[in-house]
Amino acid sequence: MTPEILRALTDARTAGRPVVLATRLPGGEQTLLPDASAAPALNAAAERALDADASGTVTVEGTPWFLHAHNPKPRLVVVGAVHIAQALVPMAAQLGLSVTVVDPRRAFATGERFPDVTISTDWPDEALDALRPDRRTAVVTLTHDPKLDDPALDRALKSPAFYIGALGSRRTHAARLARLRELGHGEAALARIRGPVGLKIEAVTAPEIALSILAEFVALRRGAELARPGLSGRAQPTKALPEPVESAAEGA
Amino acid sequence: MSVSEAEDVLSVAAGWRAEGEEVALATVTETWGSSPRPAGSQMAVTAGGRMAGSVSGGCIEGAVADAALQTIRSGTPQLLDFGVSNERAWEVGLACGGKLKVFVERLS
Repeated sequence: MTPEILRALTDARTAGRPVVLATRLPGGEQTLLPDASAAPALNAAAERALDADASGTVTVEGTPWFLHAHNPKPRLVVVGAVHIAQALVPMAAQLGLSVTVVDPRRAFATGERFPDVTISTDWPDEALDALRPDRRTAVVTLTHDPKLDDPALDRALKSPAFYIGALGSRRTHAARLARLRELGHGEAALARIRGPVGLKIEAVTAPEIALSILAEFVALRRGAELARPGLSGRAQPTKALPEPVESAAEGA
Repeated sequence: MSVSEAEDVLSVAAGWRAEGEEVALATVTETWGSSPRPAGSQMAVTAGGRMAGSVSGGCIEGAVADAALQTIRSGTPQLLDFGVSNERAWEVGLACGGKLKVFVERLS
């Protein structure tokens, strides 16, 4: 890899700009895509690789290329700078997520409680408007306070966020759904909310609850089969983010 | 360095290069069957013996590191082929039964 390619790739990754490093096989000539001077078919293959978030080898006009997709990190927006968030944030960073903590209560949202993470003290709806969740974004509300959680969930439901979770008991969640219905959200939209949030592993402590939330996040991201909350049957696997080319560790 | 930082093998490799190390980067380009790591998985190796990341569940890292040192010396990239039909794969023990290709290049 030439220093020029390495620098351009590093710059794109630092800026959070999706790029593909294309390597001609077996010789190793490299170029970054999309690029106006590249063959349209190669650019199109690069777009598909980014869209699927999957790297792989393709043959374009008789030439084999390895297309290495470099997408920005998936994002996690945590609403509520609470105790569980303090456990959740460092674990999420370990999973490679880019995390933002939103809480207008400045006593909670402090750098001392949340080192090395982006903090927004805007009201949650304004914070979500600014963050613009996309289909690689997860939103989790943890405040237990409707005046903070509801505006965040309202905005999350109006976005393509692939994971929306809300902390709270079944009863709390039913009341929450009723309030969101009054804001005009239909049943299909409300069914996107994982509530009570997290896989059912009988979590008790803050790190255990954080683990259950992140386990559910991984399951949705990788298309695992999950029971829908509040339903007895098993749902079809949800594939919000495309799977990697191969599943991990099987038979290894 | 945290585990998640260590997973960003490209950044680690670029950092080593910036420190003046001779670095080779190995990248899984294609997999078949039950290969443990997907295409795009990377491993960096320096002439001084530093290593980061992985391209399999540990089965072929030794062979890939040897090839990486060769590429650091020669400057010539290599496309390595590991699989059940490959005698070398038996030698290095690709116990998972998968097949994969690994591209090895020098950071110049």
